Amino acid sequence: MFWRRFLAVFIKEFVQMRRDRITFAMMVGVPLMQLILFGYAINSDPKSLPTAVVIGDSSPFARSIVTALQNSDYFEIVGPPVSEREADELLRLGKVQFVVTIPVDFSRDLVRGERPTLLVEADATDPAATSNAISALISLNDTALDHDLKGPLAGLKDAPPPFALQIQRRYNEEGITQFNIVPGLMGVVLTMTMVMMTGLAMTREQERGTMENLLAMPIRPLEVMLGKIVPFIFVGYVQVAIIVLAAHYLFDVPIIGSLSLLFGAAVFFIAANLAVGFTFSTLAKSQMQAMQLSFFYFLPSLLLSGFMFPFRGMPDWAQWIGEVLPLTHFLRIIRGVMLKGNLPYEVWPNLWPIAAFMLAAMTLALLRYRRTVA
Amino acid sequence: MTLAIDVQGLSKSFDGRIVVHDLTLKVARGQIYGFLGPNGSGKTTSIRMLCGLLKPDAGSGTCLGYDVIRETDAIKRHIGYMTQKFGLYEDLTIAENLQFTARVFGLDRRNQRIEAALERLGLQHRRNQLAGALSGGWKQRLALAACLLHEPQLLLLDEPTAGVDPKARRDFWDQIHAMAAQGITVLVSTHYMDEAERCHEIVYIAYGRLLTHGPIHQVIAESGLTTWAVSAKGNGARIAALSQALSGRPGVDAVAAFGAGLHVGGRDAAALERAIASHREDPLLSWHQTEPNLEDVFIDLVARAENEQRAA
Repeated sequence: MFWRRFLAVFIKEFVQMRRDRITFAMMVGVPLMQLILFGYAINSDPKSLPTAVVIGDSSPFARSIVTALQNSDYFEIVGPPVSEREADELLRLGKVQFVVTIPVDFSRDLVRGERPTLLVEADATDPAATSNAISALISLNDTALDHDLKGPLAGLKDAPPPFALQIQRRYNEEGITQFNIVPGLMGVVLTMTMVMMTGLAMTREQERGTMENLLAMPIRPLEVMLGKIVPFIFVGYVQVAIIVLAAHYLFDVPIIGSLSLLFGAAVFFIAANLAVGFTFSTLAKSQMQAMQLSFFYFLPSLLLSGFMFPFRGMPDWAQWIGEVLPLTHFLRIIRGVMLKGNLPYEVWPNLWPIAAFMLAAMTLALLRYRRTVA
Repeated sequence: MTLAIDVQGLSKSFDGRIVVHDLTLKVARGQIYGFLGPNGSGKTTSIRMLCGLLKPDAGSGTCLGYDVIRETDAIKRHIGYMTQKFGLYEDLTIAENLQFTARVFGLDRRNQRIEAALERLGLQHRRNQLAGALSGGWKQRLALAACLLHEPQLLLLDEPTAGVDPKARRDFWDQIHAMAAQGITVLVSTHYMDEAERCHEIVYIAYGRLLTHGPIHQVIAESGLTTWAVSAKGNGARIAALSQALSGRPGVDAVAAFGAGLHVGGRDAAALERAIASHREDPLLSWHQTEPNLEDVFIDLVARAENEQRAA
């Protein structure tokens, strides 16, 4: 008797599982997605980090150092040598991870045995992304010039190394992980709650049967969508405020840039996520399905945006996906504004992709919603 | 006489399945029109096409003079549609639900209208109660009040009395008649025969097709049915046996239990009489001819429609 009744429930569960396509797709799709993302995309030892060089002294030594950097796999020299000011700009914009400065009179001082200093500035907003490269740099110091130090200069090969290495961790001198994580959390929290909240808000109307009544009233799809989305923008701002306060008072994260710039940029990010949630709610048949769809969106956002793992460590295809996701750009904006003091024009390159994503998501949401109506 | 609803040839199919086929409907202003038919016959779909929620695949027409295809916004502004399922927000209070509806319609004198609606409902003292806490009857009254706020000239009510107790149902119908007296047109779908009898005219649809329409006496007269009522002296076993014996006999089109007896109906009076002749001599049964009721007519109509469907 026990087995028969057990079997009755057992079979029923399978039948219901098969009916609920989205849940079934989730059970198969999520492990696959995790397998691909964790297995292929994530790499906590990023190599080929973009590096700019400022050459104050063009000499064979300087060239050897640049070549050695290139050969280490960790550094990839981008473009021709730049001026100090340009290098600073590249670093602020996040276009390069490192700036290597070979000072004026480097070769003269080297030959004299005065151990000149090679300056390496790292964008340490994400300490994890730079730590391995910095370790590699230290061992490089010993061997970079081995080929050049011949004949009369051979004596310089002996310890101590022929030149000193000064490593400057910009924007996060002590390499504190919280400086990276706490501002980033703002984007993550917003992604998670905003997508889910709107996803639920619309399916709730479907589930409770209030949708039919709403549709029968003289109200347009755009009015419904905006009316549903805007309240959550306020909720989003409450979250932003909580995290900014916590970052400042609990974690001592520096806030160098303008908060109003941050709040202004946040509106696009929040709206983009809300539009995604709205689209999900037009696809999902129940609140449960809306939750599951949000998870499908949340997982790649978390893993491919550079929040958990260094963005530059990922293979190209994963970076391409990452570049589409609003969280990736928003993380760069928050870190840029809070830690680097980015100005509006420096924020723009990461703001327009969010705005474009927002418009695309809203259009899709509206089209989908119209179809549900008709 | 102006028409509140005047549509021709409305059709709608979902995924290739015809739900409403070639529906033509004319409803005069100030009339209460009963919309009847079995489950899944296309009543809700028809109503949704009339109120501009669904676009018909074919057909044309007007609702309150507005085109049902092009002027759906105007239709939505001027009609009241009460959905089958309670369509208001259970987590809002009665007053908040009315406020929301009034705002969506952009009504003037909002508070005044809401006060008046609450008073009519007798809900002034419960205004701050959540709609979800109301019983079925009260929910239905609230829903009706909400769709009357903007003073529509046409009300489309989709099975408004499902799951409502008899007393509330009667009050509801009194209200509908009062509104019709003021010139409001009401189209109401229902399963209840007693409610059908409260309508000025009825429409019966099955399988998406209109089978009959008109005032009740006319629908009955036009049915061409002859009906015999049989009752048995003694126990019900006799009636059950008779029901079995008569079902499917030539001339007998319908056999239905009715109270302790049976209604036996047929379209051909002579054939029916031949079929029951032997049983009429049974001393334990008493027979008399009766006027068919609406249910007899509808059951016969559905049976005929089924046959035609099968033949087609």
